[in-house]
Amino acid sequence: MANAALSTPGIPMQPRGLEKKQTWLERLRKGDEVVHLITLSGAWSIIVITGLLVQHLWVYSAIARHTFGWRFLFTSTWDPVNGLFGAWPFVYGTIVTSILALVIAIPIGLGTAIFLAELAPRKISDALTFLVELLAAVPSVIYGLVGIFLLIPILTTAMPYFQKVFGWLPIFSGTFYGVSYFSAAVILAIMVVPFIVSISREVLLAVPVSQREAMMALGATKWDVTWRAVVPYARQGIMGSIFLALARALGETMAVTMVIGNVAQVSTSLLAPGYTIAAVIANEFTEATGDLYLHALIELGLVLFAVTMIINALARLLMLTMRGHEVTG
Amino acid sequence: MKTLMKPFDLSQLSKAHEVRFAGSEGMEEQLPWPQFTVADLNFFYGRQQALKNINLIVPNKRVTAFIGPSGCGKTTLLRTFNRMNETIPGTRVEGSIRLAEKDLFSVPATTLRRVVGMVFQKPTPFPKSIFDNVAYGLHLEHRLRRTEIADKVEQSLRRAALWDEVKDKLNQSANGISGGQQQRLCIARALAVDPEVLLLDEPCSALDPISTAKIEDLLFELKKFCTIIIVTHNMLQAARVADYVGFFLSGELIELNRSKQIFQNPEKQETQDYITGRFG
Ligand SMILES: Nc1ncnc2c1ncn2[C@@H]1O[C@H](COP(=O)(O)OP(=O)(O)O)[C@@H](O)[C@H]1O
Ligand SMILES: [Mg+2]
Repeated sequence: MANAALSTPGIPMQPRGLEKKQTWLERLRKGDEVVHLITLSGAWSIIVITGLLVQHLWVYSAIARHTFGWRFLFTSTWDPVNGLFGAWPFVYGTIVTSILALVIAIPIGLGTAIFLAELAPRKISDALTFLVELLAAVPSVIYGLVGIFLLIPILTTAMPYFQKVFGWLPIFSGTFYGVSYFSAAVILAIMVVPFIVSISREVLLAVPVSQREAMMALGATKWDVTWRAVVPYARQGIMGSIFLALARALGETMAVTMVIGNVAQVSTSLLAPGYTIAAVIANEFTEATGDLYLHALIELGLVLFAVTMIINALARLLMLTMRGHEVTG
Repeated sequence: MKTLMKPFDLSQLSKAHEVRFAGSEGMEEQLPWPQFTVADLNFFYGRQQALKNINLIVPNKRVTAFIGPSGCGKTTLLRTFNRMNETIPGTRVEGSIRLAEKDLFSVPATTLRRVVGMVFQKPTPFPKSIFDNVAYGLHLEHRLRRTEIADKVEQSLRRAALWDEVKDKLNQSANGISGGQQQRLCIARALAVDPEVLLLDEPCSALDPISTAKIEDLLFELKKFCTIIIVTHNMLQAARVADYVGFFLSGELIELNRSKQIFQNPEKQETQDYITGRFG
């Protein structure tokens, strides 16, 4: 209190308002408490929702869990007629398509983001960014159609030539029928590139001018400034964009199911058809007859949840070790 | 080439276009050589003129301070010496600057900036280890061996009077040390590539008095092997560290002279007014 400081020396200062303890209601009226309460409940609701989600997945997959135990994860037979359920082809398909999608999308996305943030004139950069963000808003069923009517014909035409060169590699062996892990991964890559581009561009642009100038003042070229000042400074944000892309790829359902072939098998060749967890749940949930079948599908949901968690954790771990390396090396 | 460069008569400090180089052999001992010779320099941000017809000489291996009220063009002039202004779109520079005997604008900017180092107003450590920060400039060009780099890093940190404080935590992040230490780290980083000139743009304005004193002490050591130009808001600082002081007002160089002369007996009324605190 301003006037408390003016009190005569000798008399202990007693700021008004602090004389008695404020009641909860008084504090509530001050506003701070309200904001606190709102934000706190927001934070709690996330935890509660996540908890409920896991709990429901857990409870409603009980029959499948008790019937198959850990075998559920590692067997490859998916035979609803005989009541045999193994998740491995779907887990495999989900991981393979997502990782491959990232392998394709990261260089393209990052390259585009760097071009837009560092090299392109601001007007062109803004216009292109608008387009890219528009791409992120296209419904996934449209991407599925693009996959069927555009991508698969192109890939089918190009594949014989590609296989002439790389066909000896097990991952590119076998006959290509169009629908495949590879097609799904390419479509996923196209879908996640906008996330990587728009977020990475933002964080690149947010790198302080002072960092760029400090680097330039040491005689760095534009190339040095980009790769050794701007990108390292923005690394955390770029990683964030990749995590988001990964999450999107792992959970994508519609576009993937339209181009992956929906065959519950595990193949080394990326050109073979396959299946993903999200796709099989969407396709079979409505026609699941019997409790075991239903519970097996819900357990797949639980598995997808776990796979997402584990891959995210691994990616974060990778990032941590990379950062540790950067500082000590 | 070296013969072109001669020590010059100090009375000519702010008249580069008609400077008379001192001829007599005996004088070379005491008189400095020109590091920068600026003639008829004009600088424009778009249509706004920030520097007007600047003529001056910056003496070699001395500390020159630029003072003047905010917005008078001190930073702009400093940044023309390492051509950092070129990175701002829409800027234009007229006139000539010679770095020793070379035309400043004929040297590639990246080469120039290794000869003319710069330290900014706010410390700008890279988000890397202390060691890597100092080694950064070394990695850019030379292919030095690990031990050579380590030696150079130690030497630079010693020159920046920071070695004793950080020698046990060279691998820690540069973001974890104090602002004053970060600023000396930036000085060490600039020194690591052996620049001839060090440009300092209000290097102490974000620092506490103790860190400021450390940096001021440092400048006395550094001028043995470096020409130093320091922009400062603080006239006491200019009086403490500078051998020569230039006073600027609205883009013009009013007066450049020995520090003592400027503070005790300035030629121009404007300088008198400024140092006695009548404006600015
Ligand atoms: N990036 C810029 N774009 C346009 N005008 C600028 C820019 N930087 C500085 N100026 C202008 O140039 C003049 C000199 O600025 P500056 O050199 O920063 O002054 P000082 O460092 O002496 O405070 C000021 O009028 C300022 O507004
Ligand atoms: Mg300034």
